[in-house]
Amino acid sequence: MVNEGPYNHQASDSAYQFTKAALEKGHEIFRVFFYHDGVYNGTRLGVPPQDDRNITQLWQELAEQHDLDLVVCVAAAQRRGILDPDEAKRHGKDADNIAPRFRISGLGQLIEAGIKADRLVVFGD
Amino acid sequence: MLHTVNKSPFERTALQSCLGHALDGASVLLFEDGVYGALKGTGVSGEVAEAMGRVKFYVLGPDLRARGLREDRLIDGIQVVGYDGFVDLVTSHDNVQAWL
Amino acid sequence: MSEIKKFMYVNRKAPYGTIYALESLEVVLIGAAFDQDVSLAFLDDGVFQLTKDQDTSGIGMKNFSPTYAALGDYDVTKIYVEKESLEERGLTLDDLQHLTYEDEDDDWAEKDSIRLVTREELARIMDEQDVLLSF
Repeated sequence: MVNEGPYNHQASDSAYQFTKAALEKGHEIFRVFFYHDGVYNGTRLGVPPQDDRNITQLWQELAEQHDLDLVVCVAAAQRRGILDPDEAKRHGKDADNIAPRFRISGLGQLIEAGIKADRLVVFGD
Repeated sequence: MLHTVNKSPFERTALQSCLGHALDGASVLLFEDGVYGALKGTGVSGEVAEAMGRVKFYVLGPDLRARGLREDRLIDGIQVVGYDGFVDLVTSHDNVQAWL
Repeated sequence: MSEIKKFMYVNRKAPYGTIYALESLEVVLIGAAFDQDVSLAFLDDGVFQLTKDQDTSGIGMKNFSPTYAALGDYDVTKIYVEKESLEERGLTLDDLQHLTYEDEDDDWAEKDSIRLVTREELARIMDEQDVLLSF
């Protein structure tokens, strides 16, 4: 679970490095769940400076390589303006901003991950 | 049980709270700003050193180096690990409590 | 789906100053539908979440404290409050909401949800958990 947005806190960076290391060691990552301000990791509209890392893109690449399930909490996302096309349409918004490889879903996905995975690690502030 | 602490003990009480709840035989991983709790000669070193008799301490090397800290600044007996070691700590303990 | 795990929600932050308390409660309510062995722990500043007489009318935020009283209806009946955390903050149980649930195994008798535990006891209860969701 990633509880903080990108850049403001190290939480997402730490979670990324941890996830990468776990995958390299052959472990399975059942899911990465983004909650609280962590949902901001899922915007495709961030444009960090060229000489800095692009956290959203790093997650996307890792997801691409390992078929990672990156889930953004719908309740936390709606509050903060992170929308996929369906959500944007449902709420009458003129745009969506979810990054490819991220998906928006319910809090039940976090509980399910807690039940099915052998370990749950929380990264936050 | 593995406890993780990612906050400086000079700003928050996460480390103190962690130590108050870590049972004998538990492990504590200091990472992010939590690594400042692993330094010797600070206001909390005594508390950490005392807990080392019953709890095993680890510190994340990449976070140490990012903050300009070398291993010779650490309290003796604290083990430095990488992210792969972080993963091993998670898998080798039954559960993980993050003291955010 | 027969596997039942021990889930503990660890609350260590005060309400309103940050959103963690509110969004933690939202997870608890959703999680209640999964029939797991659920408990909540309130320690450190988390004990401030349960104080009574919260009135947010002056800060323009929603007062979500009544939701704690509804937890019993969601079969969330184990609420651990750490004694030392209360004392360090000058609080007693009387400063907190009176939270209850109806025990279906005891002819729906009304029982207290809050269990006052020492730091040592809480540490042991935490150690027994499968999943610790910290906020």
